Amino acid sequence: MSSLFMSSNLQWVLVSTLVLGIAAGLIGCLSYWKKQSLMSDALAHAALPGVVLAFLLIGEKRLMVLIFGAAVSALIGALFIQTIRSSTRITEDTAMGIILSVFYGLGIMLLTIANRTAGGNQSGLENFIFGQAASMVRSDMFTMLGLSTVVIFLIYLFFKEWKLYLFDPSFAQGSGLSIKGMNALYMLLLVTVIVIGIQAVGVILIAALLIIPPVSARYWTKTLHWMLLLSAGFGGIAGAGGTLISSMGSSWPTGPFIVLAAASIFVFSLLFGKEKGILIKYVQFKYFQKQMGYKPHLPSKGVN
Amino acid sequence: MENKVVQVRDLAAAYRKNTVLHDVTFEVEKGTLTGIVGPNGAGKSTLLNTILDLHPRLSGDVKFFGKPFKNVKKKIGYVPQRGSVDWDFPTTAIDVVTMGLYGQIGRLRRPRRHHREKAYEALRKMGMEFYADRQISQLSGGQRQRVFLARALVQDADLYIMDEPLAGVDAQTEQAIMAILKELKKRGKTVMVVHHDLQTVEEYFDSVLLLNRKVMHYGKTKEVFNRENIAQTYGGNMRWFGKEHRDEFTVHE
Repeated sequence: MSSLFMSSNLQWVLVSTLVLGIAAGLIGCLSYWKKQSLMSDALAHAALPGVVLAFLLIGEKRLMVLIFGAAVSALIGALFIQTIRSSTRITEDTAMGIILSVFYGLGIMLLTIANRTAGGNQSGLENFIFGQAASMVRSDMFTMLGLSTVVIFLIYLFFKEWKLYLFDPSFAQGSGLSIKGMNALYMLLLVTVIVIGIQAVGVILIAALLIIPPVSARYWTKTLHWMLLLSAGFGGIAGAGGTLISSMGSSWPTGPFIVLAAASIFVFSLLFGKEKGILIKYVQFKYFQKQMGYKPHLPSKGVN
Repeated sequence: MENKVVQVRDLAAAYRKNTVLHDVTFEVEKGTLTGIVGPNGAGKSTLLNTILDLHPRLSGDVKFFGKPFKNVKKKIGYVPQRGSVDWDFPTTAIDVVTMGLYGQIGRLRRPRRHHREKAYEALRKMGMEFYADRQISQLSGGQRQRVFLARALVQDADLYIMDEPLAGVDAQTEQAIMAILKELKKRGKTVMVVHHDLQTVEEYFDSVLLLNRKVMHYGKTKEVFNRENIAQTYGGNMRWFGKEHRDEFTVHE
């Protein structure tokens, strides 16, 4: 165990997934209030064909290029969802379902082709499906850290604008905020977090890192800025914690452990959270019942 | 020209394939309190959304203070329908009112103490000062509407456009809101309100715009708010008691 902490590579991996988790918790909070939590899942799946295509084109695994491919592919997916929703009678959730599975299917097909090419089977492209944080090299981590920090900074910087945009976009428009601009920035940040996260967490599970921290945070606070802070904290803990656990076994995938770490935080919040957690609700109910002088009716003996 | 606060010419708007509004032309003068009235589906909310660039315009021309909307945004205070936002959003009443000041505070700056004081003052005007730090999810419908009004008040606009501010509110809130609207008018502001209750039109508004996909009648309430015009606007079955409650009209078609 102590040798684990000695490894400087692991330390870097942990810092990267911690910062990634923070960025994911923040942008996930925005998605939560935009009522678009599932959109992140569709975008993550839609990123896979872009990753593999980028690899096939340049013939080597260079993260910046793969990230770019992923981003383009995810944005095309988003555009398709948008177009299907606005120009047909198909609803958004159905459109997401279609795009998610079709793009993922396409990605897997391309991956099979890539694995047949020379060097393709050693490329570690499969790591993009379930995530393998340990497969990241130092430059990958710097890319991830740098971009995550930009996302965190932009969310902090525009806090007031995000709040208005999420609560009441039509009023925001009137008070001089460009909704198109905010939509574009939101989408850009969301796609950035997804594509930098897929190497560590995987396309299938990255959405959990965006969805679970904000709902957990909701159980502890009544204000948006605390919700953002808590969600960031939960995301960071899940990211680093999951990575740490997965590093204990040889070639264990990272994604599932991150998701399980996030899920544990959620279950704890659901039970003990001070805002409408199950336990506090029960205690309050019993307390009020007592205040009202209510006594439960016990069935009397001999009567059925 | 300076007297014309809103000028709308040949406006048309549609949802999907259905034209909701067409040939809408009217001008609103400074210092008036106008009620926009019409049956369900007449396009009242669409009219507001379209002139405020929230809904695409098929054709026509809209000017505020002689200029396009985007140049005079700051002179216009908009109060959306209460149901248009999620009241579970984690924020307090005073916070929502402070949002009305974001335009003045400027991009990337945080609200200061005097901004919060201004917001508090607006809440006080709406009789909501004791609810300043209350979560908006815990406010009643009428209280939420007053918070929305307070948010518009802090904007210190010259034109106020409100979508059904009196729908489903308690009598006390209705009085509080009408008192504010009359005060705004007295201060030379212009107010346009989508309204649903024919009973109170004569009492509340000096001008009325009867809308049913197009402008059916528009002018001083005294002149246009009469039996024939209302019947023509509503078409189908409707009932309306005149001001004195002596004349009751029922229209069947």
